[in-house]
Amino acid sequence: MNLWEFLLNHRSEVLELALEHLFLVGLSTGIAIFIGVPLGILLTRWPRLNRPVLGLANIMQTVPSLALFGFLIPLNIYLFHVRILGGIGARTAVVALVLYALLPIIRNTFTGLSNVDPAIREAGRGMGMTDRQLLFQVEIPLALGVIVAGVRVATVISVGTATIAAAIDAGGLGRYIFRGLRMNDNTLILAGAVPAALMALAADFFLGWMERLMTPGAQGWLRGRRVVWAALLAVAVGAGAALMIPAKSGDRIAVGAKDFTEQIILGELVAHVLESNAGLQVVRHFDLGGSLAHQALVAGEIDIYVEYTGTALTAILKQPPRADPAEVYRRVREEYAARFGLEWLRPLGFSNTFAILIRGEDARRLNLRTISQAARYTPQWRAGFGQDFVSRPDGYAGFARTYGLKFAELPREMDLSLTYRALVEHEVDLIAGNSTDGLIARHDLVQLIDDRRYFPPYDAVPVVRQEILKRYPRVRDALNMLGGSISVAEMRQLNSQIDGEHRAVEEVVQELVRKKGLRLAPP
Amino acid sequence: MVISVSDNHQKAIEFHDVSYRLFDGKSLLSNLNLEVFQGETLVLLGRSGSGKTTTLKLINRLLDPTEGEVRVEGVATTRWDPIRLRRRIGYVIQEIGLFPHLTVEQNIGLVPRLEGWEAERIQGRVRGLLDMVGLDYGHFASRYPRELSGGQRQRVGVARALAADPPIMLLDEPFGALDPITRREIQQEFHSLKKRLGKTIVFVTHDVREAFLLASRIGLIKDGEMVLLGQPADLLKSDDPEVRAFADCLRDPAPSAELRSKPSVIAP
Repeated sequence: MNLWEFLLNHRSEVLELALEHLFLVGLSTGIAIFIGVPLGILLTRWPRLNRPVLGLANIMQTVPSLALFGFLIPLNIYLFHVRILGGIGARTAVVALVLYALLPIIRNTFTGLSNVDPAIREAGRGMGMTDRQLLFQVEIPLALGVIVAGVRVATVISVGTATIAAAIDAGGLGRYIFRGLRMNDNTLILAGAVPAALMALAADFFLGWMERLMTPGAQGWLRGRRVVWAALLAVAVGAGAALMIPAKSGDRIAVGAKDFTEQIILGELVAHVLESNAGLQVVRHFDLGGSLAHQALVAGEIDIYVEYTGTALTAILKQPPRADPAEVYRRVREEYAARFGLEWLRPLGFSNTFAILIRGEDARRLNLRTISQAARYTPQWRAGFGQDFVSRPDGYAGFARTYGLKFAELPREMDLSLTYRALVEHEVDLIAGNSTDGLIARHDLVQLIDDRRYFPPYDAVPVVRQEILKRYPRVRDALNMLGGSISVAEMRQLNSQIDGEHRAVEEVVQELVRKKGLRLAPP
Repeated sequence: MVISVSDNHQKAIEFHDVSYRLFDGKSLLSNLNLEVFQGETLVLLGRSGSGKTTTLKLINRLLDPTEGEVRVEGVATTRWDPIRLRRRIGYVIQEIGLFPHLTVEQNIGLVPRLEGWEAERIQGRVRGLLDMVGLDYGHFASRYPRELSGGQRQRVGVARALAADPPIMLLDEPFGALDPITRREIQQEFHSLKKRLGKTIVFVTHDVREAFLLASRIGLIKDGEMVLLGQPADLLKSDDPEVRAFADCLRDPAPSAELRSKPSVIAP
């Protein structure tokens, strides 16, 4: 399917995502204007604040967005009963985007005002204008072109950055990009990237026109000024309305999922079972990047998601890897109950461990089956790993040590979904994927056997807040029914149906429920 | 002019032992004593950086004296509300400082508008002022400053300073940036204008001919001190080297045409 067909076939969804995107950008830029312009004005009055304020705004810009999200999610700050900070979803995305947009707006406001000809300022003061009259009738009008230029830069940055908002379930065109990366689907990536790029160009063009209009000396200056005030007013109204929306909607169970296909299938499965078997209302917060799902669960932003025992043990509890699945399950269950008030239910039945993958052609040519056998060839190979694998305690460092692996060059570090592509394109020769990944069969890849049992077990298990289990005992019964119901082969097939055959998640999940007879007798 | 000074001895502006120093201690003015009478034109003459502009800014309270007292209409400037004070004083600077985002009409009408005049009265005033400085209302009112020549801008600047009919006018090298021919014209116009208006004027320049054309009295400042304060003729009699240096400029043969055309000023 080419991009044009895709956009046509999904035009209502594309439009919805584009509107979400526009909402994120518009709201955050609007708020950034309301904070940044007064702050910029303040800096011209108290030049001593100049360095700390601009310095801080500068630092804000260098913080990677995922790190910023991770920092913002656990916050819990209210203003007049409206939560303004923290949690997953659009609120946190908007806060992060505001922080990124502040620097250009503050800086340009300050520069624009400072660059007003001193003679003009002196003439105004000499004529007996008060500071306020001078500011609003002379300085701001003269600086408006430069201020709008700052807004323009902030907006274009925002359109780009907002694509990452999909990592915390804030929606927007980033959903297509993330989904496309996950499914190794160029069309989907472009379906997110091209509209986002067009939006950035349009914003740039429109604000550039506005900037020329606002620059003193341009024709029709007065008419243009009204346009700006009208636009600012519209943004203010929008911001106000958005803040009025209640933060968490009452009696519903929030199901989360990390940002890869298997997690979304499992999230949908959990959500579906809760809806149809336990009769509960469910909100879905899928696509949570990195360890954001865990943070959201601890913060009470979500109530359930499916975690892997090995990940919980090493990445979250920071304990050394262990080989025995039952032992690992027992440990994480105890620790989670004691430390976080979270309960591990019954394992789903499959383990999604790291899968060391090479191309099928290489495996057959060299007759390779285990990682130990491959160690002979790795000095001529290049490796590519996801950021996760490189950084986690049960990841690359221990892996290379256990098998005594050396590579031709330092392993490339990239997004997990891109490693598959890199392997297929011969950019690298060995990657660490996931054992349940649907792409393994589709691209004729071979998983090397972990013959020294380095990787700990990663049994998939629903993790729930104890509070929820107390309030809704049905949740436990409904989810324990899923225990032991999915094998590795089945999971790989489910993943393949989404990634390979591009089927809808809801449909695949419903089919699974029917096939497995996962129905509870009505209470 | 001289007669008008002796006629009316009311003091519009007084400097009593005024000094002005910067934060770093550098002295820009020391021990200045000065009186400006109502209706007279005092020209402050001096080289660049001598302290003329500082003196001017002390009058409309863009600066406060570090020592001594400046009085306007008998009241110390520090006791004036600076906004009220400045609205009673017209102010014209060399760079003019017209607001580039406002039309000629809006520029001139700004202070009347801030004073809460009605729109019709403002328009009438702008029309009258433009007429006074020799610009046609219909032709110029809706233009922006960038569409004007240097001389036209300076005329608008003068009109703007006169807008709320202030009793005092401060002019800081207002014609300094103009070409010589335009400067001559506008000096002559201003000369006849000020006679009609009867304002108290303090006029800063480094151009000794301009000083002779416009002044009822001349104050010559050097390095922040008043070297001479007197009638134009006194300037020619003095033995002070700085005064001689300025007086010599008048005798410079090359551009002396200007002087010969105004012999009455040199030899009253």
